[in-house]
Amino acid sequence: MLHIVNKSAAERNALDSCLRVAQGGAILLIEDAVYAATKGNEAESRLRDAQSHLKIYVLAPDLEARGMQDRIMEGVTTVDYGGFVDLVTEHKNCQSWL
Amino acid sequence: MLIAVTINEGPYQHQASDSAYLFCKAALEKGHEIRRVFFYNDGVNNASSLTEPPQDDRNIVQRWSKLAEEHKLDLVVCVAAALRRGIRDENLAPGFRISGLGQLVEAGIEADRLVTFGD
Amino acid sequence: MSEGAIKKFMFVNRKAPYGTIYALESLEVVLITAAFDQDVSLVFMDDGVFQLKKGQQTKGIENKNFSPTYRALDGYDIEKLYVEEEALAARGLSEEDLLVDVTVMPRAELGKLMDEMDVVLSF
Repeated sequence: MLHIVNKSAAERNALDSCLRVAQGGAILLIEDAVYAATKGNEAESRLRDAQSHLKIYVLAPDLEARGMQDRIMEGVTTVDYGGFVDLVTEHKNCQSWL
Repeated sequence: MLIAVTINEGPYQHQASDSAYLFCKAALEKGHEIRRVFFYNDGVNNASSLTEPPQDDRNIVQRWSKLAEEHKLDLVVCVAAALRRGIRDENLAPGFRISGLGQLVEAGIEADRLVTFGD
Repeated sequence: MSEGAIKKFMFVNRKAPYGTIYALESLEVVLITAAFDQDVSLVFMDDGVFQLKKGQQTKGIENKNFSPTYRALDGYDIEKLYVEEEALAARGLSEEDLLVDVTVMPRAELGKLMDEMDVVLSF
């Protein structure tokens, strides 16, 4: 399934809850969650561990709006809103970790 | 594919409504059908015709109205949540309608996917 | 609506009651969903487990105490209530502190359950 996270991992536990529960599929980071997919941030290592069983995507417009497009960590795929739609349709269901 | 969307936060305070709008636009461009957009919690505030942002800012409410008109979208505002927050027929923006929570459940049953945007 | 369509709905509750309206308005959706004869599961994880704490008394904050509604869910044929085991432990709570019968489940199991759903709603 597709897990959608929109919270900064430094402020709220949405990403960590998602990482603990998600058994497989993909995570899409949008809005303030995009900071988690950047080099040198505290959540980077947790995301790297998750890459063994989860594919990580990040919404490029949100990354760019925050000036973080030059910091993206390795192994993460950027998508635009069209890519967001594709992720929703390609997975059987989705959960937004609000 | 038949997609339904629910929005749980009001305009401007959170990015939820912006993200949902851009998601819907992209889905429509890809040829998917948006079955319904359901506004719940503070999301009902997206339907207020009294909203008046500064001129250099996006008009979130009008943007939804326009998208609804262009694509015949069904924008549904939850009646119980709306009454709690002072959204009524008198100040409902064009393209929105007020109805029951059953419309959310029905959208979940009928659509192939339901995507939630909130805080 | 197509005749007799039954989908698996899961409601994920991750927020404490009263501080925000999410718990109450989530419950309102749950009750409506039951009226549509759908397969309904409720999950309480993170601070959402506080929604089920016994002994809630809201007089002092002049709010409606909606916690008795969880006990009434049975009457709506909503019997699948799951509580995250780790969330209870992290908050110094145990099953005996909860006002309704639940299935306590480790989060990995909850993740598998979530994968099987048709519609997941989160408040």
